[in-house]
Amino acid sequence: MIEAFDILLTASFWVAAIRIASPLIFATMGELICERAGVLNLGIEGIMVAGAFAGWITVYLGGDLWFGLVVAALAGAAFGLLHATLTVPLGLSQHVCGIGITLLATSLSYFTYRLVLPEVTSPPRIEPFQPLPIPGLSEIPVIGPALFNQTPLTYLAFITVALVAWVLYRTPLGLAVRAAGENPSAVEAQGISVTAIRMGSVIVGSALMAIGGAFLTMSAFNSFFFEMINGRGWICIALVVFGSWRPGKALLGAILFAAFDAYQVRLQQLTGGAVPYQLFLMMPFVLSILALVVMARRATYPKALMIPYQKGER
Amino acid sequence: MAETVLRLTNITKRFGPLVANDSISLELAAGEVIALLGENGAGKTTLMNILFGHYVADEGTVEAFGKLLPPGDPRAALDAGIGMVHQHFTLADNMTVLENIALGTQSPWSWKLDRSGARARIRKLSEDFGLAVDPDKTVAQLSVGERQRVEILKALYRNARILILDEPTAVLTPLETDALFATLKMLVAKGMSIIFISHKMHEVMAVSNRVMVLRGGKLVGGRETAGATRQELAALMVGQEVAFPPVEAVPRGEELFSLENVSTTPRAGGSALHNVSLSLYGGVITGLAGVSGNGQAALAALLSGTEKPLSGQIRIAGGEVSAWSPREALARGIARVPEDRHAVGSIGDMSVTENVISERYRSERFSRHGFMDWKAARAFAEELIRDYDVKCPSPDARIRLLSGGNMQKLILGRALDPDPVVILANQPTRGLDVGAVAYVHKKLLEARARGAAILLISEDLDEILSLSDEVRVIFKGRLSSPSQRGERSVQEIGELMAGHGIGEAA
Repeated sequence: MIEAFDILLTASFWVAAIRIASPLIFATMGELICERAGVLNLGIEGIMVAGAFAGWITVYLGGDLWFGLVVAALAGAAFGLLHATLTVPLGLSQHVCGIGITLLATSLSYFTYRLVLPEVTSPPRIEPFQPLPIPGLSEIPVIGPALFNQTPLTYLAFITVALVAWVLYRTPLGLAVRAAGENPSAVEAQGISVTAIRMGSVIVGSALMAIGGAFLTMSAFNSFFFEMINGRGWICIALVVFGSWRPGKALLGAILFAAFDAYQVRLQQLTGGAVPYQLFLMMPFVLSILALVVMARRATYPKALMIPYQKGER
Repeated sequence: MAETVLRLTNITKRFGPLVANDSISLELAAGEVIALLGENGAGKTTLMNILFGHYVADEGTVEAFGKLLPPGDPRAALDAGIGMVHQHFTLADNMTVLENIALGTQSPWSWKLDRSGARARIRKLSEDFGLAVDPDKTVAQLSVGERQRVEILKALYRNARILILDEPTAVLTPLETDALFATLKMLVAKGMSIIFISHKMHEVMAVSNRVMVLRGGKLVGGRETAGATRQELAALMVGQEVAFPPVEAVPRGEELFSLENVSTTPRAGGSALHNVSLSLYGGVITGLAGVSGNGQAALAALLSGTEKPLSGQIRIAGGEVSAWSPREALARGIARVPEDRHAVGSIGDMSVTENVISERYRSERFSRHGFMDWKAARAFAEELIRDYDVKCPSPDARIRLLSGGNMQKLILGRALDPDPVVILANQPTRGLDVGAVAYVHKKLLEARARGAAILLISEDLDEILSLSDEVRVIFKGRLSSPSQRGERSVQEIGELMAGHGIGEAA
């Protein structure tokens, strides 16, 4: 039991937790922006696959890492544009379109992979982002390595949270985004186009999801595998609810989930097969559901979430 | 001659085969108040939505201060100095007053929302125009009257010089209405021009300089308010004389339904009942006045059987009721005309036949051994369509395709056909035109003459006062003492609606 607790005090545990949290943070912020504007984006899972693939293949084909990241974001934005066009001006079911986008983006990524690498059995590696220790801060015990000896993308994830929070709560643009998710007719009556706000939010949000996916192939690992997103997108949907649609709380949720995940791996090693490993794999999900029950019971969701807005309808 | 600030020329708007606006032209002068009078569905709101850019007109032009407005662009209307207070407020409930007002007034690319500047400006406008409201409260915390003030502030904040109010008094208490009229007078004194949409004659007479009457999408007449009579305007509005049924004296019968010290569980979106005692007598219409959200929903749910008392007793014809459910309520002869005929009163995508038997499909009349007797059901639907003069293509038509008035007639027919003992009529005439209102009133009075006990819940005080033998006022889940016909004045009832005289102890 002591050993199980000691894990929590090791630097390597927290380093892993923050690393696992990073892609979730990007994608959760992306989903949060979409939902704040009133559009559920179930394309998240597929958009993460597309981002993971697009970034990685760009680098593999000779692109710079940062250029690869931009390509990933653009791929995400393209799928975002598709989802936004279907759900905002056309007002189609957000559930159905989102699932469609997930299937399309996933299959398209795998298909392109086979087109580019027809003969390959094990996927080639790239040189991923390397940890960039922040001088001074990274020397602090435990939290130093966890927070200040990560790759640049992890720093970017935390900056993104601050930026999203600032824009949503401190700028006129964020006000319009939140209002579009609460009552689109209020936005319309104040002379702002609901269509523009919602489409813009979905496109930007989808780009962030794709960056979340790219983190896996370009920072956490150095290659692209099928099934590597493995439900992370769906976790992010839950994290948005867990965070009551607030960036700060969603960030905490992402770190909490990642910590569970990092913990179960270490616990598996500790018990050494005495307990079926599936039990440990299950743990972060079970704990997430419990946390959701506690945290999200009184969450006030955006009132116009999933309700299409059609101008001039009666 | 004052300057013309707004000019609508030959506005025509069609929704499919329906012509909502038929070549309407209108001019508004500076400092003038025009009342746009007409029944529901006459095209008033459509016209204003075109003016404001929510809809695009099929033909015609809108000019403000001599400049043509591009169609379908609310931003252009706002920039031209037009402000609109919609009938259904366009406010985001979970956001603050300040956020709602500032929305869209600052550049979307600015890196910071100027809250303190906006707050100061809202405070100043509030003081200048007597529109007291706290900018940092969320809209959900505000009363309906306050929300309307926020809507007016939204327009003033953008320096509107033309204000359009769509049925602004529909949701207000008499006191709030007076306050609104005072505000409007002040605005006009400061150079505002106003278009005021209403179907209530006395309001039109009280606030306007000029009345324009719309009927069936056409502008059928314009009058200087000073020289017009109510009768003349009513005839213009309806197109014919409408005879309202006389209310004849009916002897007071037995107590058929009562609540004794009933309280209910707290609910979202309205007060719960606190220690309510209420008796309904045969041959008596009991009118329940009050601003919506004060416990009417809980009371209606109790009568319908969808809610059980937390404490206290329900009695029917003197006997205590133990098991209480919607089926029990129906079996005991309680008929319901629900508040929202679309959401609760009918199933839009099912046929007229299916809807009219939905409360009694299990009875012997419509089913045998668990199998539906569709022949009998259809015959019943046809009977209702004929008896209640429902305009409807066939009993197989989906009920959502019917107009509000026709749907309400069917719901009324469904409720009244089994000769119920107690009738709950919750907002029975909301949104209906004058002819349909008169019909509903006639049917309720017939049921009263037959000896049924009726609880009439309505936001229309005129309706309550003209039909009810006894009036109770509800405020925050508590009832006032009963008053007999003519015993309390409109002003006294208005006071009660605002909570004066309905205390914690009462």
